[in-house]
Amino acid sequence: MAEFAAHVEVRHRPGIADPAGATVERALPALGYTNVTQLHIGKVIRLVVDAPDAGAARAQVEEMCERLLANPVIESYEIAVTALEPAT
Amino acid sequence: MTARVGVVQFPGTNCELDVAWAVEQLGAQAELCWHGDATIRGADAVVVPGGFAHGDYLRTGALARFSPVMTAVSEFAAAGGPVVGICNGFQVLTEARLLPGALQKNAGLKFLCETVELRVETTSTVLTNACAPGQVLRVPINHFEGNYVCDDATLAELRADDRVVVRYVDNPNGSLDDIAGICNAARNVVGLMPHPERASDELLGSADGVVLLRSLLAAAAEGARLAS
Repeated sequence: MAEFAAHVEVRHRPGIADPAGATVERALPALGYTNVTQLHIGKVIRLVVDAPDAGAARAQVEEMCERLLANPVIESYEIAVTALEPAT
Repeated sequence: MTARVGVVQFPGTNCELDVAWAVEQLGAQAELCWHGDATIRGADAVVVPGGFAHGDYLRTGALARFSPVMTAVSEFAAAGGPVVGICNGFQVLTEARLLPGALQKNAGLKFLCETVELRVETTSTVLTNACAPGQVLRVPINHFEGNYVCDDATLAELRADDRVVVRYVDNPNGSLDDIAGICNAARNVVGLMPHPERASDELLGSADGVVLLRSLLAAAAEGARLAS
């Protein structure tokens, strides 16, 4: 077993409102940044999971996303997994 | 026989006493059911009331389904017992997958607190059995995430099976197909964003929620009769 750091980015699905992102995007032109579009504010969830290998770690994080970390009806997610120490 | 209504109380719930008061005005007995206890205390009907269960952390309603009381609520629902989720309670029931779809932020991006008109679309549910089909009710809403959304297949199923329970006459929040409330396939679990308990006396500006609560008590009494 080894420790794997997982970085989960949860986003709104297309068509689902992102009021925080829209508001920040509207504020940026006041600072002179008039060329910014598609600003989105999602969530980042970081965690460490003890698993036999990176594949198993990813599979578990994916399952946790489906069951709790994201709501598949309104959110999508992206997972990045990195080994914290070499597996022995 | 007095119907017993279990009113679920999570940390952050804030409408449980209003619901208890409203059903007691109609002659029922209310039992507050603390989220940490895996029991609905012998209730004949369960209400999951509004508020901010578990602070709405992660997502509205997302953590509430892990509270021990929800195991008892799910078992009761699976056995055909009447369960109604109001506002945050509706969000909890969708997260618990007792009802399909989800509630996203209001289309206007404003928190809405106003009395709206609802049209009763089906009287064949535990919340509308005492209503007239097409009856229009004035009931308050009080939410930021009340914009119902689901995939196309789910919407088609809800429509085909007559599972849209109440629709907004004038859609305030962008809800898909003007949906204000839906039920499960067995029609014993209903979720809605408007608050019937806040329209339970003329002094509150409307008593139109009473017919909904009476429906629930009728379903509770029927369930108790069948069980005894």
